[in-house]
Amino acid sequence: MSDPMRIRAQAQGDKTTVRVLVGHEMESGQRKDAAGKTVPAWFIQSISASWNGKPVMSAQWGTAVSKNPFMQFSFKGAKAGDKVAVTWIDNRGDKRTDEALVS
Amino acid sequence: MNNTFITTFLGLAALLISPVASAQKTTAEGIAEYRAMLADGNPAELYEAKGEALWKQLRGPKNASLEKCDLGKGAGAVKGAFVELPRFFADTQRVQDLESRLLTCMEQLQGFNAAETAKTKFGAGEQKTIESLVAYISAESRDMKFNLPQAHVQEKLMYAVGKKVFYTRGGPMDFSCASCHGEDNKRIRLQDLPNLTKEPSASVGFGSWPAYRVSAGDLWSMQRRLNDCYRQQRFPYPGFASEVTVALGVYMGVNSQGGVSTAPALKR
Repeated sequence: MSDPMRIRAQAQGDKTTVRVLVGHEMESGQRKDAAGKTVPAWFIQSISASWNGKPVMSAQWGTAVSKNPFMQFSFKGAKAGDKVAVTWIDNRGDKRTDEALVS
Repeated sequence: MNNTFITTFLGLAALLISPVASAQKTTAEGIAEYRAMLADGNPAELYEAKGEALWKQLRGPKNASLEKCDLGKGAGAVKGAFVELPRFFADTQRVQDLESRLLTCMEQLQGFNAAETAKTKFGAGEQKTIESLVAYISAESRDMKFNLPQAHVQEKLMYAVGKKVFYTRGGPMDFSCASCHGEDNKRIRLQDLPNLTKEPSASVGFGSWPAYRVSAGDLWSMQRRLNDCYRQQRFPYPGFASEVTVALGVYMGVNSQGGVSTAPALKR
């Protein structure tokens, strides 16, 4: 039931810049709800990106990353029409992959 | 010896003066820069996508979509509807803003109880649905000019009521809306306060809501923004989609006439 990511990938010369907007609660585990109970941590643990199936970026995230985070990275070699896929896995084991074409 | 001293002194003076001068310059610029950085990936886009899906999805006790909802430009027409709201609706015989109209549509088409939704806490239940819907609907009017109708007698009345409310002082601080938003070039801490009584500043304020508020991590509708205004005035909130809040919407919207809507925008 996770929300889709918004992925934009733009090639300029040799360099492709990928901008990803991730929809996730990123609950830190430090907050308390109205009843005073700790809100359990819920966050993306790992996120990775591939270009035509080949990994180009991977990162490990923690509770310090904001809610609905924005991520930007660039890599070399892609052409317009290539496929970029981004996948995240959170600490509950939920997983989501979204794709975009390089423009 | 003497020369060296003078040079050193001048150097020190320059060191002392320049950081101060640049710090003053960068206060407003720094915020603008911060906003520009964030605007590139405005999470409001996530809500827009969610809102569009919710608009078309069959939901509620009547298992219907909102695609027949009339936002003032005919059943189902979304484009350009936002910049003409609040307006008078013949079927309900009331002036309604976007949120109050959505309550009507959700009740009539989908069977959600409007009074119950209005009482629901912000960010919970069907209020969450409304947040995504307002993001989608306002985005469909992005960069369009405000053009609120003022032909109907009820619309004129609501403008007059809104103006009255805007200038009414009350609460433990004796604040009115005009205390903060009635003059040019005012700010609270580091936030510029738009003068909502005239253009071009009125649309800068009114035209940027609904917005994603980074500090809240949520998309806020105009109704939720007004709720926060009342909280800051230490004044009880008149209620979601209440006549008072709709009247304020008419007042601010008509004052924004000709200005451009940038909603859903991004706020600190």
